[in-house]
Amino acid sequence: MKEESKPTLCNCAQGVTRRGFLASVGAGAVAVAAAGKIAAESSTVPASPEEMARTALLINGRKYHLLVEPRWSLLFVLREKLGLTATKVGCDRGECGACTVLVNDMPQYACMILAVEAEGAPITTLEGLMNAEELGPVQQAFLEHDAFQCGYCTPGQIMAVEGLLRRNPDPSPEEIKRSVSGNLCRCGAYAHIFKAVRRAAELKSAKGGGQ
Amino acid sequence: MKERDESLYYVRDIPVPETPDPGTEPKPWNKTEIVGKPMPRVDAYERVSGSAVYPSDTLLPGMLYGVILRCPHPNAVVRNVDTSGAERMPGVYAVISGSNAGSELKWPYAPGIRPKFFDAHCHFEGEVVAAVAAETPYRAWDAGRAIKVKYDVLPFVSDPRDALRPDSPAVHQKGNLAGDVQKYERGDVNKGFAAADVVLESEYRTSVEIHTPMELHGCVARWDGDLLTIWESTQGVYAVQSRVAEVLGLPLAKVRVIGHYLGGGFGSKLQTGKYSVIAALMAKKTGRPVKLFLSREETFLVTGNRPPSYMKLKAGVKSDGTLTALEFQCLGAGGAYPSGGVQLVDWQVRDLYTCPNVRTEGTDAYINAGLARPFRAPGHPQGSWALEQMMDSLAEAIKMDPVDLRLKNIPNYSQARPGNPPYTTTGLRECLEAGAKAFGWKEARNRKSKPEKTEKIHLRRGIGMAGCLWVAGSGQPPSTIILKLFSDGSANLNMGASDIGTGTKTIMAMVVAEELGLKPDKIQIENADTGATQYATPSGGSKTVPTEGPAVRAAAIDVKQQLLKLAAEELKIGSADLTIQDGEIISAGDQSKKIKITGISGLKKRGVIVGVGYRGPNPKGKAVNPFGAQFCEVEVNTKTGEIEILRFVAAHDSGRVMNRLTYDNQVIGGITMGIGFAMTEARVLDRSETGKLCNKNWHDYKLPTALDVPAEIVSIPIELDDSEANSIGAKGHGEPVTIPTAAAIANAVYDATGIRVTDTLINPVQLSRLLSESKERK
Repeated sequence: MKEESKPTLCNCAQGVTRRGFLASVGAGAVAVAAAGKIAAESSTVPASPEEMARTALLINGRKYHLLVEPRWSLLFVLREKLGLTATKVGCDRGECGACTVLVNDMPQYACMILAVEAEGAPITTLEGLMNAEELGPVQQAFLEHDAFQCGYCTPGQIMAVEGLLRRNPDPSPEEIKRSVSGNLCRCGAYAHIFKAVRRAAELKSAKGGGQ
Repeated sequence: MKERDESLYYVRDIPVPETPDPGTEPKPWNKTEIVGKPMPRVDAYERVSGSAVYPSDTLLPGMLYGVILRCPHPNAVVRNVDTSGAERMPGVYAVISGSNAGSELKWPYAPGIRPKFFDAHCHFEGEVVAAVAAETPYRAWDAGRAIKVKYDVLPFVSDPRDALRPDSPAVHQKGNLAGDVQKYERGDVNKGFAAADVVLESEYRTSVEIHTPMELHGCVARWDGDLLTIWESTQGVYAVQSRVAEVLGLPLAKVRVIGHYLGGGFGSKLQTGKYSVIAALMAKKTGRPVKLFLSREETFLVTGNRPPSYMKLKAGVKSDGTLTALEFQCLGAGGAYPSGGVQLVDWQVRDLYTCPNVRTEGTDAYINAGLARPFRAPGHPQGSWALEQMMDSLAEAIKMDPVDLRLKNIPNYSQARPGNPPYTTTGLRECLEAGAKAFGWKEARNRKSKPEKTEKIHLRRGIGMAGCLWVAGSGQPPSTIILKLFSDGSANLNMGASDIGTGTKTIMAMVVAEELGLKPDKIQIENADTGATQYATPSGGSKTVPTEGPAVRAAAIDVKQQLLKLAAEELKIGSADLTIQDGEIISAGDQSKKIKITGISGLKKRGVIVGVGYRGPNPKGKAVNPFGAQFCEVEVNTKTGEIEILRFVAAHDSGRVMNRLTYDNQVIGGITMGIGFAMTEARVLDRSETGKLCNKNWHDYKLPTALDVPAEIVSIPIELDDSEANSIGAKGHGEPVTIPTAAAIANAVYDATGIRVTDTLINPVQLSRLLSESKERK
């Protein structure tokens, strides 16, 4: 049974308070008018708090009811609103893979998905591979083979490998290379990552198919 | 006049206190139980589980998000900044620029160069103009875009070759020469060239490489009254503390910098960025914590680079392989302020091979571009690119095996340092010999001379190699370590240094475990926090292990001596013949006399023993440097110019191997980064039209991916007994491993194709052009 949690996020109260504050000091009307003018000139019209969208995200088997700006990325919501900071931010523009999560078991860059787009789809982050305090098989394999240095790309690498092994439990060396080729490692620990993937496949098959 | 020690670049412009000389140094370990074994990291769980809180993961109640508005031009004067639109936006809490908060502040770009923090004259693209703090980063960017700035756009120069022309726009009033031309000379190169049988001369060029560590540069700043706390992604918390305190005029004790983890630095996080001061200013103004991490694009512009090197090398050799003379010139460009544009580029030429006659010259030009910062072995991969290709050419000219030519010229003392100090160890010969053997160098060269008929004619294989030394890597004072042994036999190690991903913490735990007979998992390490740990210099120069390691060992020995004294009292014997084995203290003379550490009543009463260790000085009159040699095989498709790297063998002498697992990881990482330097990475500035950076993202600036590295990278540690270097016998490792990679690839490509690629990048674009040019010549 999956537990369902109630709304954990509401920025609207803060936004309203801020507006109320502006109005109360008599600058509100001016501010709103000026902001409107700028907004009209600008191509990116910021959503006002009233325009926040309701969404429900299914993350690591838990449902989160959220109010989000339509432009917020899944990455931003995971890290800064839900505190799921295992998912890292490397570029915020779909280049490095540090923010890789599984959406419907497929590795995806969380910076390239709007939170509202992700509604309803099962999302797995690095936190979701843990069994309470216990590491999952891919994490354990990365630990054993020192498949990282600074560790910042590591959550994304692990999610890419998890996605690979869920669809292909016995990948070839070429398939392993391809599967993590969307995840940059500036420390250059790729050679250890390849070894860790083989080890992870073993650990997973020993567990009977893994998670 | 005292010569500046260039090898200490990682403490440039920051105050470095002294620590007491510990006096007697412990004897080297005869054999080790834990040190040297492959051990997974003590913080691996945190890093793979996601529980490690990197500075960019910091979340604080009420936290705002900061962004910086930067000058989009390489040379411009800010005429007017209109922040009114930004200030009126809902959710915006602070907007700062030269006209308010930071207007009185200065920023020390270099000694004696302290322009205004928000200087109206922006000398490079990306200079700070204004900053915003808002409820979300989205809103902060909205506000940043709403700030209207009027610039007077000025002429620029973005290439050092242009910068030194008399008609070039001047980056600064005194012209574009950044400091004096750096000169070095020994012997007489003219006599040397006259004595040579072969003299060759060639130009070489390397592109600008940008660090781009995975974690963005930035911090979270929070004020508690007059105490400023900064969580920063940095290689040196004390470096950030001193710079922020200096700029804001705060007492050091009121600036606490914490950096338990960081997602890579490679030298770009040795120094402090303006962003930390901006975050502090906006946190002060709003009374709320401010998180300010740069965008990826900004990190390409303003957080450092390996500067461009335009090199010329002339070399003389006798037909028996004796080097007679080396003459080297380099033109570089650190950027718009002094930042070491030619720093250490000549060191390989000066000191790697025996040569009596050497002259080098380095000219650093100002250009309108972001400043260089030390980048993994500053200067060395560039110099290696020139020298090691030249060695290859010399070997061919005198019909000698390139390995043999290098073996012929191995120095046992540092020729470039005053007084010619001998090296404590130089494993260069062993690196060359063991590396060549493991690679099968001779066999591969023989195969090459008799090519197999079955080979596809357009796929040509080649082999290449290069040697190296690294100017630093000795470690040196200061370092102070505090070690607490608790009555239950667990220990807490307090160390100021950052673990930048090299495995420093794990190695320190292994040193403590070795000395005290504890299990490494009983040791908890607190590090990189100016409020709670001891002073340390930034983690750079491959000196962290040889700096902190001996101090950790000294602290463990201090604890051990106190512990043995307590045990001796309990056992009623002298402490001199007591040893620690597996958590027990045993009398060497009478094995029946023993007591468990946890059973010592004196320890139980005290609860904790505190040991202090200091880093002692390095041996006088000696040079301590790591050496190495790398070998590779490539396959070049002569139809397309594509290059596949088939395999690498790396033999490195970094003294004692502390942890075989992380040792090998450094080797594969260094080679991977070297592949990027040789083949994929190059900053492109628009030299003629705008002077702007054209490729400020990872789509256009390409890092090596999993598909670009060879499946086979073999690490051959050359462990020589270097008990003179320091009490743990280890030398630096993280930087030498990337020095010879690019040159080895170039030499292999030459072996495969007969084409000498003297300019990076060796990629299909350049190589296919060179291949067709060579066909036309034939």
